[in-house]
Amino acid sequence: MLLALLQRLGQMVFVMFGISMLVFLIFFATPGADPAARIAGRNATPEVLEAVRKSFGFDQPFYVQYLTMMKKIFITGDLTSFVNRGWKVVPAVMDTVPVTLSLVMGAAVLWVVFSLIIGIVAAATRGSWIDKTLMVLGLIGISMPVYWLGEMLNLITQSRYHDTWMFSWVPPLGYKNFSDDPKGWFLTLVIPWITLSILYIGLYGRVLRAAIVESLQEDYIRTARAKGLSEARILLRHALRTSLVAFVTLFGLDFGALVGGSALLTEVVFGLQGVGKLTYDALLNLDLPIIMTTVLYASFFVVMANAVVDILYMLIDPRVRTA
Amino acid sequence: MLKVRDLSVSFRTEQGIVRAVDGVSFEVGEGELLGVVGESGSGKTVSLLAVMGLITDPNAIIAGSIQYRGRELVGLKSRAMRVLRGKEIAMIFQDPMTALTPVYTVGWQIAEQVLAHQRISKAAAWQRAIDLLAEVNIPKPEEAAHRYPHQLSGGMRQRVVIAMALSCNPALLVADEPTTALDVTVQAQILDLLHKLRRNHGSAIVFITHDMGVMAEIADRMLVMYAGRVVERGTKEELFRVPMHPYTQALLDSIPPLTGEKPRRLRAIPGTPPILLNRPPGCAFAPRCAQRFEKCSAEPELGNGERAAACFRVTA
Repeated sequence: MLLALLQRLGQMVFVMFGISMLVFLIFFATPGADPAARIAGRNATPEVLEAVRKSFGFDQPFYVQYLTMMKKIFITGDLTSFVNRGWKVVPAVMDTVPVTLSLVMGAAVLWVVFSLIIGIVAAATRGSWIDKTLMVLGLIGISMPVYWLGEMLNLITQSRYHDTWMFSWVPPLGYKNFSDDPKGWFLTLVIPWITLSILYIGLYGRVLRAAIVESLQEDYIRTARAKGLSEARILLRHALRTSLVAFVTLFGLDFGALVGGSALLTEVVFGLQGVGKLTYDALLNLDLPIIMTTVLYASFFVVMANAVVDILYMLIDPRVRTA
Repeated sequence: MLKVRDLSVSFRTEQGIVRAVDGVSFEVGEGELLGVVGESGSGKTVSLLAVMGLITDPNAIIAGSIQYRGRELVGLKSRAMRVLRGKEIAMIFQDPMTALTPVYTVGWQIAEQVLAHQRISKAAAWQRAIDLLAEVNIPKPEEAAHRYPHQLSGGMRQRVVIAMALSCNPALLVADEPTTALDVTVQAQILDLLHKLRRNHGSAIVFITHDMGVMAEIADRMLVMYAGRVVERGTKEELFRVPMHPYTQALLDSIPPLTGEKPRRLRAIPGTPPILLNRPPGCAFAPRCAQRFEKCSAEPELGNGERAAACFRVTA
């Protein structure tokens, strides 16, 4: 088990190295384009171009360029945005990380809890009107675009009904640091959490229900019945337990992608300066150093989430441990 | 102790009603081993699942009577059935590879059943699991209890399933082809084990198989099933010496002889069992039967005696 764990972590480092290599090659070694010109941005003066060339070592071989780049991102952290005239990229990205993490983690708690409840209840009452209602609600949740839902909630809680007792507690849009104002942090994030999690509650609830119903067909469920166990125990300890693999897989992928910037729409709608928003802005004015850093950051998060999922697999499925 | 009268299990399907079990009656005495033989689809498993109350298909219709020690099981509330199941009536399944939940250790799974029926501590239940594993001849039971199903061979898993079934000293054990999925050598070990356990626990056993060789080894009395009905019953000796129903004869003929001249071909039964949807009138075996005559277009009755066969050649 320990060996498998170390092996998995080693793999993770290797994959991350590969990704950083690939990202570097895409940005710096694409034939027919001068990376210095792209980093310097539009209408750059020859002096700026020259400074970029020197700073990124474009007159040197690729491996030196790669190492210089990695040093700038991970060690010295002095990667500079030329488009935004001297803006330090690494601290800028690091500033957005807590925002995105707060948003995604809170939403993840909501969606795990509620989708578990929905999936279990629907599977337990499969075929009944409760099951059907829950599944339709889930489908509605999946179908609502997050930007539309966010704007609707904003409309209700920020303007239309803001002055009623129901929504007067909702603070104005924006992010408050947890360390400065925990209550404010919580209150500003409640509506974004709900907005972001609804899609996943619907999706995960439906997936979990399907997985449970499928495991209920397995031979070992019949064995469990033959043992004289209660239906609740069969459902929770046998069927649900073996269904969690699909759930955890999905969760790892979605969580990684969201932390890596896929929560962009929610961030924009609620004025949260997160990783997604930062990437989006950088894309608009072609700020190559920022794009590169956020891409690296995002891919690292996806890889890390996948490693965590694999480790979770080892915990929930003994068959994976020895493999 | 177990009296089954006119048990019928039908399934509603889109094509119509399929009578998987049709008017089956049998009895099992205390400590007795009843063997049930028949081809795949003859209704042997379904009728025993009905006894266990394990037919969960909402499209199934169960009719007739199943009495266990004077208690009617058909229509019994699921809570009351649950108390019996696993405790007084236990079941061993055909495929040990899929019969155990993959994510729990085998010791945990045995202890779970003990805890479901007895008021004892977890530690005591675990100890009981280890004792049971020892009883079914699993080497190093303390270690084996910590193993997951995928870490054990098929024979070992079947022993675990048997240990689980025995965990509450059931009065009746239903074994659904417990040796079919195993190697021949392992089969013999499992049969020996069942023999031993039967002596030690005194449980009555209903043993389902399609293997006449296995039957010859263990059964006291036998039922032969075909197309959802019992076609012959009697003691093992009677059935093997003087099979009355042509189907039983054909089953015995299809075993290759160990001594004497080898037949050029194995004597298989021609044709396939009938589809149970809209079964035609008359004897269901008639289309495959070498001895059929004009009377076979009517439905033969199985007599009421201990020794009976549903065939006009016999009753005529």
